[in-house]
Amino acid sequence: MPQTSTAWTTASRGAPSRFDLIALLLVIGLLAFLAEASRGVLAPLATIQASPVSLAPAHLPEYAARTTLRMIAAMVLSLLFTFTYATWAAKSPRASRILVPLLDVLQSVPILGFISVTVVFFLSLAPGRVLGAEFAAIFGIFTSQAWNMAFSFYQSLRTVPVELEEAARSFRLSAWARFWRLEVPFAMPPLVWNMMMSMSGGWFFVVASEAISVGSTTVTLPGMGAYIALAIEHKSLAAVGWAIATMLVVIVIYDQLLFRPLVAWSDRFRFEQEPGAIAPRSWVLEAVGGSMLVARVLRGLRRSWRTVGAAFKPPAGLPHFETAAHARRLDRLATAIVAALLALAVWQAIKFLAPELGWRDIGETVALGAITMLRVFVLIALASVVWVPIGMWIGLRPEVARIVQPIAQFMAAFPTNLLFPIVVFGIVSWRLNQDIWLSPLMILGTQWYILFNVIAGAAAMPGEMRLVAQNLGVDGWLWWRRVALPAVFPFYVTGALTASGGSWNASIVAEVASWGDQHVEAMGLGAYIANATTAGDFHRIALGVVTMSVYVLLINRLLWRPLYYYAERKFRLS
Amino acid sequence: MNASLKPGTNGSPLLDVEHCGKTFPRGDGGQLLVLEDVCLTVAPGEIVGLLGRSGSGKSTLLRLIAGLAQPTGGQVRYLGNVVEGPAAGVSMVFQSFALFPWLTVYENVALGLEALHVPRDEIRSRSLAAIDLIGLDGFESAYPRELSGGMRQRVGFARALVVHPNILLMDEPFSALDVLTAENLRSDFLELWSNGKLPIKGVLLVTHNIEEAVQMCDRILVFATNPGRIVTTIDVMIARPRDRLDPAFAALVERIYVEMTAKPGRGTVARVERAPGTGIDTVLPRVSSNLLSGLIETVAAQPFAGKADLPEIASELQLEIDELFPVAESLQMLRFAEVEGGDLKLTADGFAFADADGDERKRSFARHLLAHVPLAAHIRRVLDERASHSAPKSRFLDELEDHMSPESAEQTLRAIVSWARYAEAFAYDDKAGMFSLENPS
Repeated sequence: MPQTSTAWTTASRGAPSRFDLIALLLVIGLLAFLAEASRGVLAPLATIQASPVSLAPAHLPEYAARTTLRMIAAMVLSLLFTFTYATWAAKSPRASRILVPLLDVLQSVPILGFISVTVVFFLSLAPGRVLGAEFAAIFGIFTSQAWNMAFSFYQSLRTVPVELEEAARSFRLSAWARFWRLEVPFAMPPLVWNMMMSMSGGWFFVVASEAISVGSTTVTLPGMGAYIALAIEHKSLAAVGWAIATMLVVIVIYDQLLFRPLVAWSDRFRFEQEPGAIAPRSWVLEAVGGSMLVARVLRGLRRSWRTVGAAFKPPAGLPHFETAAHARRLDRLATAIVAALLALAVWQAIKFLAPELGWRDIGETVALGAITMLRVFVLIALASVVWVPIGMWIGLRPEVARIVQPIAQFMAAFPTNLLFPIVVFGIVSWRLNQDIWLSPLMILGTQWYILFNVIAGAAAMPGEMRLVAQNLGVDGWLWWRRVALPAVFPFYVTGALTASGGSWNASIVAEVASWGDQHVEAMGLGAYIANATTAGDFHRIALGVVTMSVYVLLINRLLWRPLYYYAERKFRLS
Repeated sequence: MNASLKPGTNGSPLLDVEHCGKTFPRGDGGQLLVLEDVCLTVAPGEIVGLLGRSGSGKSTLLRLIAGLAQPTGGQVRYLGNVVEGPAAGVSMVFQSFALFPWLTVYENVALGLEALHVPRDEIRSRSLAAIDLIGLDGFESAYPRELSGGMRQRVGFARALVVHPNILLMDEPFSALDVLTAENLRSDFLELWSNGKLPIKGVLLVTHNIEEAVQMCDRILVFATNPGRIVTTIDVMIARPRDRLDPAFAALVERIYVEMTAKPGRGTVARVERAPGTGIDTVLPRVSSNLLSGLIETVAAQPFAGKADLPEIASELQLEIDELFPVAESLQMLRFAEVEGGDLKLTADGFAFADADGDERKRSFARHLLAHVPLAAHIRRVLDERASHSAPKSRFLDELEDHMSPESAEQTLRAIVSWARYAEAFAYDDKAGMFSLENPS
């Protein structure tokens, strides 16, 4: 008998087990959490002003819950976006020609830029209510999560194995059934991985988007971000400490309750049919999976889902193929529409920006962008010098890697903006150079991507390759040059690419910081955008955001992508 | 046994393929012909085999029949109706099994019935019956990754049979399995078929294994390459169960080898038979120089002494025709050997090659390569003429793509690079994508 137990086999036997109790408690806890966290959402905005955020540690669980709820809401939105946008792009070659580059550009826009630009709009959606501010914050988090998830899903849809696609079609599954039974399962493992990365980034921006002032509009949503902002205002190092401790707990919980189970669950959708090395496990998943109650509920859900699917009858025949002439006409129409929209967008942008800004402003942002770019590259280089050897050392020792790898992933998820006050406190106290000492903040949260990718690369190095090097007496610098660096290079590029993108994003928060009434600022494009946001100068926000997007896009296109393909071709083992 | 009109049936074929053709658009705007004017029928009670080499378009034909692709000419009729999409009553077994790795054996089998909106109780009973029939009971809750290849393909069969199809399409269903497992699965299938236990009326089997075709089929349609077309129909009159050691069995295998290596005029199968060196439009197989040397040595040595029977050498070296034919063809193209009447005969140069040492072999190979393989001669000439003695890969790729699909062009260029490197006829730098005359020192 195979050892796998599935809902199918376990559901039919036995009395309620301890798993039922655990599952029940989890569900009750979830319900209580949702009720508590959403209580204040519909309240008038005035109530926030009336009962401002308090520094008392007793409020922290509530703040943490509300912050987490925003994260989850944004994740649901991101999934909806992923399933629609990416599917459309993958299924329609014509639409993909504009949708895919658009996604690429959206990915390069600094996330805080989205928040600065849209907060006023969202506030106007639900005037006078907290809901509008919540929308703005959730939209901000959404922009930090959705793009890479959509990209991953799009890639998966494009690479569904032909024979599975053919099998599904020859057994006459409807398009709806194919989507849920073939395409979504196939895309699941990379999607879950990207959701994890997205959540990591999301914590950073949820903290940033809870306390934001655009000109005279100030939004303070009860949550971890607002708490830390208040702590800075009051110069309370103790409160900062409490916030950091709370966040650590929150991330451990979310990792254990949400992502370990998700990763363990999605492992069954791995396409490689060979038995994997070690399947990821999760105690929560095992508890829930062993519960008869949960199995019954799931079966009911699955049945009603099928009923929905049954409405989609299999197609009677092949879709009508477009004739070449017809296709050309449609192509021309699509091109015309895109061109018209583009012209309209450019016209709007010029009309909006031109009266207020001149060439001098553009020159200024480009120069500031160059300074920020220099900072990002120097920091990536420094982080590489530190973390590549350490990652190599760890990766070659499986027993160490097993311990360090989750820690590195955890560090990447921790919103480092919570640590900023401590650094700023140091700069203010010792009167350090702001242009230099504010810079490390940009890479504080993103350096871990370099570390855990290098660890993964070193761990993936074939044992025989290392033995050959040993056997030939290759060591020292020669070993690094000919064996170690080439082997981890593709992994390193992936890590450095992610770290670079993250650092640009972080620059908006990292180049300007305060401690009470003391204000420290480094020269750069991030500071430019942050200051324009505080001043409510929408023209300069727009110009800064556009400039930064162009920088990120160009660096990706001219540096990271070519490097990535080069690494794939030349160094990828097997 | 082999007539399309059989006693006890109403005489109308299950499947009728009428003058089917298929072209794919080519890079330069032209059309690439992969199937040309194919006609075949499958009558109730028949197992029909499509025998040919990989790339001969037989899998494409199977997909036209399954309604997964549309023919560009002619039509496919199933029970008299034109096929315009996946039809109910036609199911397929895939070479790579094509199981859904995230579904259990039971769920994989039940999937086809769910798509047909069969009531739940019936899904359960029919799925369990199909699992039972194909010998998978006890494995219902296993995931495909836990199963061996043979067991996975059994799931593939159960999944195809559970929908009670009239006709079963099999796309090289045994070729991804090892020899013993394949034999085991084949005989189990034939036993069920002969005892009338399968809920199917006819079978169409695609294969490149001659013995498999002879063992399983009532009728074998031999496929030729470039473009894919049927060149011969062979009726298999041997009584079931068939024994490989039966002289009639061996004679038929030998006859098919002869058919498949026949001289042009009588219908060509392998490309060898075209006058070698017709031009640069020949698709070259990727055959390593080691294999070429190996086959020359084997044929030169005892017991063959220069002349080998292809079926014999195939079983001696454990090579399938898909592996053996490209090597034989390459030797023929290089004029180290001749293929005729199912035999491989070394030429004088072939014998000399077998006796020569490493460097002499390389020189001989280079002479033959440049003299008899037009593409090699062409590249060498271009390199000689250019002042820089170098030329980009894309230049030749574009030329080849005028005559063949981009994949074939890429494969052909890789084949020529590997031969030229062995012959030291010219060099190729993959990173820069440049051909040149310099050899790295």
